[in-house]
Amino acid sequence: MAINWNAFWEWANPRKFMRWTDRALPLISVLAAVIFVSGLVWGFFFTPDDYRQGSTVKIFYIHVPSAMMAINIWAMMLVASLIWIVRRHHVSALAAKSAAAIGMTMTLIALITGAVWGKPMWGTYWEWDPRLTSFLILLLFYIGYMALWEAIDNPDTAADLTSVLCLVGSVFAILSRYAVLFWNQGLHQGASLSLDAAENVDDVYWYPALVAIAGFILLFVSLVLLRTRTEIRARRLHALEMRERVKDA
Amino acid sequence: MIRLLWRDITLAFRSGGGFGLGLGFFLILVTLVPFGVGPDGEMLSAIAPGILWVGALLACLLSLDRIFALDFEDGSLDLLATAPIPLEGVVAMKALAHWITTGLPLVLAAPALGFLLHLDSAAYRWLIVTLLIGTPALSFIGSFGAALTVGLKRGGLLMSLLVLPLYIPTLIFGAEVVRRGAGGFLVATPLAMQAGITLGAIALLPFAAAAAIRVALR
Repeated sequence: MAINWNAFWEWANPRKFMRWTDRALPLISVLAAVIFVSGLVWGFFFTPDDYRQGSTVKIFYIHVPSAMMAINIWAMMLVASLIWIVRRHHVSALAAKSAAAIGMTMTLIALITGAVWGKPMWGTYWEWDPRLTSFLILLLFYIGYMALWEAIDNPDTAADLTSVLCLVGSVFAILSRYAVLFWNQGLHQGASLSLDAAENVDDVYWYPALVAIAGFILLFVSLVLLRTRTEIRARRLHALEMRERVKDA
Repeated sequence: MIRLLWRDITLAFRSGGGFGLGLGFFLILVTLVPFGVGPDGEMLSAIAPGILWVGALLACLLSLDRIFALDFEDGSLDLLATAPIPLEGVVAMKALAHWITTGLPLVLAAPALGFLLHLDSAAYRWLIVTLLIGTPALSFIGSFGAALTVGLKRGGLLMSLLVLPLYIPTLIFGAEVVRRGAGGFLVATPLAMQAGITLGAIALLPFAAAAAIRVALR
């Protein structure tokens, strides 16, 4: 299959990006809202209680998708950073910047819902378990990344430095993940969802979980597009102000 | 490159502070811990490996901003960037100088401080070995953090925020070696992992740090 890659990259032209997101964003947002709400409503009200966990099992529909998003958003930032370093598309750098805050929020949601679930189930809000600790470390990486964006005035310099940080940080995040596994044995159960059906959760929980995950993904896409648009507008505003200042001088 | 190394070492010695400051900080930190957790010998010896490693880490962090900041301010970093030796080499030499002036003294002082914390006698050997292997990684990772924040006005706090999460794997394996050494267990696995991290950091991070400095000097 022949793909015209040049046409593909044209989507990243800021003006073109603004045009197609202007049309696509309302659609994606509505779709995200519908699927997000229906996934959660299905999960909360139309699934049976677990025979051992009771109704606390329902926090799963927020916890698992947000945890997945927390990791995948970092991966998306890594790809966007690479695109910025290689091809220097501004939209890419701004998308990485926009995604970071969402990723941090997802990490926090995963940690907090996990703590709320952990208290009745494990008898503790927090345990230095590998998975929990890895998420705490991921949160630190998000905070550092965002702080570096905030600290640098020149947007191009900021984009360069944060991209390098994202690359190095990814390596160290994975390294930490396995170092933490080495450091302490876990309390957290294995993955609840996998494509391997043998060790999967029951279908009753599986389908609403899939819908909830799709909802979270769409929510992320619409938020990241919205925030990237805001960043582009902020950049244009900044350019206009600079021009005005030059004219006045 | 050797001359650059000497220059940085002599600068660190003569400007004062760089050399003694880290050690003094390490000593104070170790002194503060018993005040915080109580003078119970058994408890202290249980937490000694961790305290010594965290102390070494923080002492190392303290002097990181000196790696590039002074040279950036007086313009010598621009000269070094345009010098015939590659910037990656400059960064590696500066990190090495940082290790010799900060990491090595920490390695030498750690046994004495371990004594203060009732460190298990079997663990001294491993404390020295693991610090010797691990502290170069601290200097090289730190040089990357320092390179990222070199042009910033208030980079110090931001740098600790960026660098400390990167120190986590080194800390985990380092403290694990000492803990296992104290208990008389096998130390080969964490030691090998730590050596791997150090070698990887030495091999790769100068490139990342040099890229960051080029951006800052642009």
